[in-house]
Amino acid sequence: MVILTYPGARRPDRTRRVDTSGVDLAVYEWGDPDAPPLLLAHGGFDFAGTMDLFAPLLADGGWRVVCWDHRGHGDSAHVALYNWEADIRDAVAVLDSIGPDPIPLVGHSKGGSLLMQLVNALPHRASVHVNLDGIPAKRNVPDVQDHARTRLLAGELAGWLDFRRAAADNRRRPGTIDELASRRARMNPRLDPDWLRYLVTIGAREDDDGWRWKIDSALRFGGFGPWRPEWQLARLSNLGVPLLAVLGLEVEEMGWGTVPEDLDGWMPPDSRVEVLEGVGHFVHIEQPRVVADLVLEFLA
Amino acid sequence: MTVRLLHNKIELALHELRTGTGRPLLLLHGLGEATPSTLPERFEQWPGPVFGLDFTGHGESDIPIGGGYYCEILMADVDAAIAHLGQVTVHGRGLGAYIALLIAGARPSEVRGAVLDDGPGLAGGGPEPGSPLVLTLPPATRTPDPLALVELTRDVRPPDYAQSFVRQATHLSGLDQPLTVTARTRPAWLAAVAGEAGVATADVATALGWYAAL
Repeated sequence: MVILTYPGARRPDRTRRVDTSGVDLAVYEWGDPDAPPLLLAHGGFDFAGTMDLFAPLLADGGWRVVCWDHRGHGDSAHVALYNWEADIRDAVAVLDSIGPDPIPLVGHSKGGSLLMQLVNALPHRASVHVNLDGIPAKRNVPDVQDHARTRLLAGELAGWLDFRRAAADNRRRPGTIDELASRRARMNPRLDPDWLRYLVTIGAREDDDGWRWKIDSALRFGGFGPWRPEWQLARLSNLGVPLLAVLGLEVEEMGWGTVPEDLDGWMPPDSRVEVLEGVGHFVHIEQPRVVADLVLEFLA
Repeated sequence: MTVRLLHNKIELALHELRTGTGRPLLLLHGLGEATPSTLPERFEQWPGPVFGLDFTGHGESDIPIGGGYYCEILMADVDAAIAHLGQVTVHGRGLGAYIALLIAGARPSEVRGAVLDDGPGLAGGGPEPGSPLVLTLPPATRTPDPLALVELTRDVRPPDYAQSFVRQATHLSGLDQPLTVTARTRPAWLAAVAGEAGVATADVATALGWYAAL
């Protein structure tokens, strides 16, 4: 078994499993089991191990940090279907495994957006919400003519359906640790290659023919659908708990590119926006100490 | 006769309701329904074979563990049937009407006419999301999967999103009227679809007559 190390990274202190409607989820904890708990959610195409820098800092700040691999990600079960509602049900199952009291809900990217919706649906389960670059804003739609737009959509639709036709037989491509790290660098261009190599040894498994990311090969980045980012902004103003929103201003593919002006008028009472100049979407990985201090101060 | 088709981890039941030659008519049921056990009288006029597909979590198709339904996945269910059957004309009831629209836009060369008819699940969750709901249910033991009933009555169907599929069908199918609305009920998405160029309004018999003649 290959385990690389990375300065500041610490694997969870405890692991356990949670079953929700038959879906088996991998749950991880950092910190004193008797410390006050908080729930931490990773982003899309990530896994709880991507919190190995950030979560220990919160744990050392006096919190029991509970995180889980989303369905299809990391060491959680691969299932037939994935959608937003199902991820939120899974988050509630992990919350239930902690206890009934309201606790801080902290999430990055997709994880932040999921938890924001959870706070809306179940306000009695959250004490505060911390959102790490996970508030969607309206993307700039290229100004293309109708005919070109039709062609673009046709390609997306056919490409997605072709992918679904082949999904039953798809497997992640094997490679060396370096190869998987460099593939991941396309999604994480600002992150240290040594960090990405470290992640391979957690988020991938070693088969006879090489390493493969554990994430379900039926999951595909991007796509189409009826969802609009402005709907999530409307949820923001309905939040009934204090919100800390942290935005990284360096635009990159995995982020929404949200800037503070996008949030004008949408922030709920008792909220704060913290802006990190020169930091990309993965604020908690690029600047774990800075972001952890912001969170610890807000939670205090 | 029923064949089982694999769509990712789900086995789908595709029922042959009547044998024949030529382009098949593919029936898509409504929310919570399944393919009828015998050919309904209203489809007897179709000159070719008639099939019915049970969507994921419905009829004799598999039930996924832990839900996660959305309409584009059911569109891909239909695409699995198209991969097996080749070109088809589709008739969709309720939820199946919305799925018929999606697949007509996404596979414009394979869908030779889509009939959008009344039935359960026609409206979906409306043009915008409602208040969020988190409902946890025990694993389903029989179809229809209760999580399918919950999630597919809450899926958002913006009119302009529906219209984008109409335009795919009209621009790329080569047909003058690739879609026909036969539904009397007109939720916002369907009202928008019915107002688009290339969308006919007729009764089922007339629509099937047009598409049979293609």
